[in-house]
Amino acid sequence: MEELNLFVKSIFIDNMIFAYFLGMCSFLAVSKNVKTALGLGAAVTFMLAVTMPINYLLDRYVLQAGALSWLSPSLASVDLSFLGLIMFIAVIASATQLVEMIVEKFSPSLYASLGIFLPLIAVNCAILGGALFMQQKDFGSAMTATVYGLGSGIGWLLAVVGLAAIREKIAYSNVPAPLRGVGITFIITGLMGIAFMSFLGIKL
Amino acid sequence: MLSKKNKEALFNPLSKDNPVLVQILGICSTLAVTVSLEPAIVMGISVIAVLAFSNVIISFIRNTIPTTIRIIVQLVVVAALVIVVQQFLVAFDYEVSKQLSVFIGLIITNCILMGRLEAFALNNKPWPSFLDGIGNGLGYMIILVIVAFFRELLGSGTVLGFQVIPQWCYEHGYENNGLMILPPMALITVACIIWVHRARNKELQEA
Repeated sequence: MEELNLFVKSIFIDNMIFAYFLGMCSFLAVSKNVKTALGLGAAVTFMLAVTMPINYLLDRYVLQAGALSWLSPSLASVDLSFLGLIMFIAVIASATQLVEMIVEKFSPSLYASLGIFLPLIAVNCAILGGALFMQQKDFGSAMTATVYGLGSGIGWLLAVVGLAAIREKIAYSNVPAPLRGVGITFIITGLMGIAFMSFLGIKL
Repeated sequence: MLSKKNKEALFNPLSKDNPVLVQILGICSTLAVTVSLEPAIVMGISVIAVLAFSNVIISFIRNTIPTTIRIIVQLVVVAALVIVVQQFLVAFDYEVSKQLSVFIGLIITNCILMGRLEAFALNNKPWPSFLDGIGNGLGYMIILVIVAFFRELLGSGTVLGFQVIPQWCYEHGYENNGLMILPPMALITVACIIWVHRARNKELQEA
C-alpha cells in the first residue's frame, strides 16, 4: 500500500518536470512531435527503473557512513558518502551503454527509433536527480526505490507527451515573433505546471 | 592575451550567444534555484568555477582522449570538480548548501558543461577554453540573477533577504505575489526574458 502511494505521488505530485524541473533540456528538445517524445519518455522511464535499485544498493552497502561493516567490523568507521556523485554517474553512464548494446542486439527496430536518444540519457538530469532524491528520502528497501524510479519516469513521460501534443497543435497558431519556438514552449510548460499543482492538496 | 577570437569566446556568451536564452542549455538549475537571490548567486559562482576548470582540464588532455569514451572521461572530470565544490560549500556555507540540496550535484548533468566541453574545449587550446568557460558561466549567472531578483522581489518583497517593499505598502493593501515563489512562474519569467531579448535581437527570432 505504501508503495502504491509513493507511485502515485511520484507521478503527479512530485513530478520530475513540473515540481523539480529535472530533464528540462531534452524535454524541450524532443517535444516537437508525439512519437519521438513517447520514445524518449519510455527510455527515461526504463533507465530510472533500472538504475534506481542499483544505486540504492550501492548507497546502502558501500557508500553510507558505516555501510561497509558487513564486509568486516573494522570498516565500520569508513564513510564514503562524498564519492556518491561519481559512483552514481558511473552507474548511470555504464547502464546506458549496456542497455544500448542489449537493445541493439535484441530489438533493432526499437534501437532504430530510439537511436540518438539512448546515449543522451546518460546526461539527462532526471536520472541523476532521481538517484540523489532517493538518497535524500532514505527509502526502506530496494523495492520502494524501484517503485519511486518507475513512478518518476512515468511522470516524466506523461509531461513530455503532453507538451508534444500541445506543440503539434500550436504550430498552427499565430504566436508573437520573439516568442516563437522556445519562448512559447516555456510558457506552455509553466501553465501545465500550474495545472499539475492542483494535485498538491491530495493526501494519500 | 586577449586577441579578437579570445574576446569573442569571453563576451559573446553574455548576450548574443547566451547559454540559457539562445543555446537553451542548463535550464533545469536556472529554474530550480532562483526562488531567492542568494542561492542563485552561489549556484552561478559554482557553475563558473566548474565550467572554467573542466574546460581547461579537458582542453589539456584533448589529444589523448579516445573519442569513443570521451563522454565518460568528461563526466569523471566534471564529477570530480563538482565534488570539490560541494564539499567546499558544505564546509563554508552550510545553510545555502542545504537550500541548493541536490542541485549542486546536478551541475554534473548540467547541459552547459557537456555542451561547452563538446563544442569548444575538445577543439581549442587551454587559454581560450578557460575564457570560454568563464564567459558561458557568466552568461548563465546573469540570467540566474535576473530571474532570482524578480522572483524574490515580487514573491517575498525582499532582495538578498533585506526588506525593500516598505511597510506602509502592506498597510495599504499590497500583497506579496505568492505565485512567484512556486515553480511554474520560473518558466514564465524566463519566457519573458527570452521575449525581451529576442525582441531586441531580431536575428535570433525563429521563423
